[in-house]
Amino acid sequence: MAMVKMTIDGRDVAAPEGSTILQAAKSVGIRIPTLCYHERLKPIGSCGLCIVEVDGSATPVAACETPVRDGMEVVTSSDRLFCMRQEVLKSILVHHPLDCPICDKAGECLLQDLVYEHGVTGVEAPAPSAKFRNGYATAFLRSWPERCVLCFRCVAACTEIQGHFALSTVEGPDGSPLVAYDESKCVSCGECIQLCPTGALVEKKSERRWRNWEVEQKVRTTCPYCGVGCQQLLHVKNGRIVKVSGVEGAEPNQGRLCVKGRYGFDFIYSEERLKTPLIRENGRFREASFDEALDLVAGRFKKIIAESGSDAIAGVSCARSINEDSYQMQKLFRAVIGTNNIDHCART
Amino acid sequence: MFLVIGSNMTEAHPVASTFLKNAVFNGAQLIVFDPRKHKLCDIATLHLPLKVGSDIALLNALMHVLISEDIYDHKFVEFCTVGFDELKAKVMNYPPERVADICGIDAGIIRDTARRLAAVKPVMVCYTLGITEHTCGRNNVLSVANLQMLLGNMGLECGGVNPLRGQNNVQGACDMGALPNVFPGYQSVTDAAIREKFAQAWGVNDLPEQPGLMIPQMLEGLVTRQVRGFYIFGENLANTEPDIRKVEHELASAEFIVCQDIFETETTRFAHVVFPAAAWSENDGTFTSSERRVNRVRTASAPPGLAKPNWWIFKQIAQRMGHDWPSDSAQEIWDNEVSVLAPSYMGIKYTRLENNGLQWPCPNEDHPGTCYLHQNGEFTCGLGRFNAVDWTPPAEVPDGEYPLVLSTGRRLYHYHTRTQTGRCQGLNDLLGEETADISLQDASAMGIEQGEKIRVKSRRGEVTVKARVTPEVQPGMVWMAFHFRENCSNWLTNPAFDPVTLTAEYKACAVRIEKL
Repeated sequence: MAMVKMTIDGRDVAAPEGSTILQAAKSVGIRIPTLCYHERLKPIGSCGLCIVEVDGSATPVAACETPVRDGMEVVTSSDRLFCMRQEVLKSILVHHPLDCPICDKAGECLLQDLVYEHGVTGVEAPAPSAKFRNGYATAFLRSWPERCVLCFRCVAACTEIQGHFALSTVEGPDGSPLVAYDESKCVSCGECIQLCPTGALVEKKSERRWRNWEVEQKVRTTCPYCGVGCQQLLHVKNGRIVKVSGVEGAEPNQGRLCVKGRYGFDFIYSEERLKTPLIRENGRFREASFDEALDLVAGRFKKIIAESGSDAIAGVSCARSINEDSYQMQKLFRAVIGTNNIDHCART
Repeated sequence: MFLVIGSNMTEAHPVASTFLKNAVFNGAQLIVFDPRKHKLCDIATLHLPLKVGSDIALLNALMHVLISEDIYDHKFVEFCTVGFDELKAKVMNYPPERVADICGIDAGIIRDTARRLAAVKPVMVCYTLGITEHTCGRNNVLSVANLQMLLGNMGLECGGVNPLRGQNNVQGACDMGALPNVFPGYQSVTDAAIREKFAQAWGVNDLPEQPGLMIPQMLEGLVTRQVRGFYIFGENLANTEPDIRKVEHELASAEFIVCQDIFETETTRFAHVVFPAAAWSENDGTFTSSERRVNRVRTASAPPGLAKPNWWIFKQIAQRMGHDWPSDSAQEIWDNEVSVLAPSYMGIKYTRLENNGLQWPCPNEDHPGTCYLHQNGEFTCGLGRFNAVDWTPPAEVPDGEYPLVLSTGRRLYHYHTRTQTGRCQGLNDLLGEETADISLQDASAMGIEQGEKIRVKSRRGEVTVKARVTPEVQPGMVWMAFHFRENCSNWLTNPAFDPVTLTAEYKACAVRIEKL
């Protein structure tokens, strides 16, 4: 791949031809503040925050969209850029409610972090405006249109990533763009909420509420539904999953999930879970200890083997449970019971 | 280019479908063979709405065109395969004009499709249960492999034959030897040296050499008492097997059933003992995905009450039957047993699975894993073998009494018999009941309104269900899922099985619909 030589903040940088200033800066560990940019999306260029100075020009350019060029001299941080970024943030805050204390996103809100980083103060009482043509709610999330910063990550998530086209950009009454929602195309995958940088989309799945800093653990695991093997992060508070998100950058799903992967987790907390062994007696189940149930099963198997041979016992393993469980079950059947009568729903 | 056969990816494998959609939006071509006009058809270059169960006829006709127009991959066929002459002789009996009647696809479209497939390399074939759940399921798979070998699309990245697996760990359960003919890692139980290896590792004198029973044979054995003890781990057979009345009769006939599950199900009703098990996020362990990737599963919270990990329960039974097994965690089982005994996993240890897992075969601890198989056209058995097969119709085809074809599958918002998704807040709001999907033409001919309750009847049973009138379904077809007990498609499906795999023909049986 052809490389171009350039400098960023005085450092010599070699970057692949066709890459952007933002990518080149990131490759050498220089961070440029961004809001609408997301690694998984094509550059949107809606927020104007990633501005940098090029070759001393008075007009800064958007680092996310500007390709690198041989001999380019880039400055990513200066007093002037800092002030301009402050202005960008102020212009967003004019229409964004400062309701951080009641916002679910507080603590992991990109806007909040950027405003804090840039020390934006003295913002006049905002006049929040709805940035969605129509607010929306699904079974699992709802929009909070005043909090939207019109970055359009959600639209790109829905179209570019998931290919559903339920979200789109439309022209508002004053000619400025708005987010529009088409319920008939939405399949509740939640990619929009995963990529939303603010509290414009909020979860409504869990009745329990939590602050992001109360999540004591984010456990990486594998989805329990189809065979794609999507990697999930389980957000755990007080030993209980409150939310599931896709693991950014992970194979095979690269952060994506479907409706079941993102929202189909709470069966494990159902009151109907089996909590104790059951033994049938006079046509009804009664609760039993593990010892009693295990003794009964082992005893009965031994009796059947003695009377009718090992092949009089058969077993079906589970295609939903972990490998180690299936290994253990076939070992029980082959090595202990003495039969190959072990199968599972392999072919359906 | 993609060829998707018998796979409704956007509902059954939604995240996989998003990557396919991305590729199509970036210019890849997509050809879909499916009786239903499902969502992928909206973006497909071509959709061939073949008749249910006519796949082999169509595939043979495509190969007829490839050979007669001499547009197949000569080099691949010559150097990497055997059996071409037999294949050629067979597919010459399937000219597109003859096949057009069998599969309902115009001969010109079949020719055009064959030429398009030959013009691009590689073509990736994805299939799901639309291929396997037929009495000719095994032959369907062989046909798909024949086509890909003829096109030289094997052993290439973005090529190959890719079954999208339905359950999170059905690949893993196969890999682990939860099959009647193989030990972990697909090592045959009929091979004396392999049996000796496992006997030694497991501390037993010998191991059984006869392949065991498959699920349908086990169920029938319950009635004849050939099977006296039946252990069902995490399966809801009473809803998932074809012909529920037959299955329930078999389960009710059983002498002794042990169930191990996370909920009471329609199947645990027949149990004599039920063990409560730890669920998904209450376990440490591994799942293996469709792409043979071994991924970690990690614990987020403890199981409720006395519920225990499944491996622990099996270990306790073994102990009570005189066998002390040393491994005392999933990691010990994997690292000390599975990856030692199965050559394909020898390089896979828990310490290597922290991030993106590993794809087997992974024969040693320096090996990066294998992204795609048969690289350089080198097959496990040496040369790729063409298996020429004939088309056979489904076991039950429509007639005057039952004039429609019922085909079945999964829907997006639920999973199988809803033991899990039915207990997730919100999912029932998105899909609260089953429907029978029927064509606009059949609905209009019978005067059936959208959402009207109708009766669907087969020789096995009948259900009352809401009609969903949709252009997705072709005339003469009914489509249903098996998520809801009351009107589960398996009251109707036919317990006719592929003679080799014993996979049931869930995708085709004869039904009639009636207004109430």
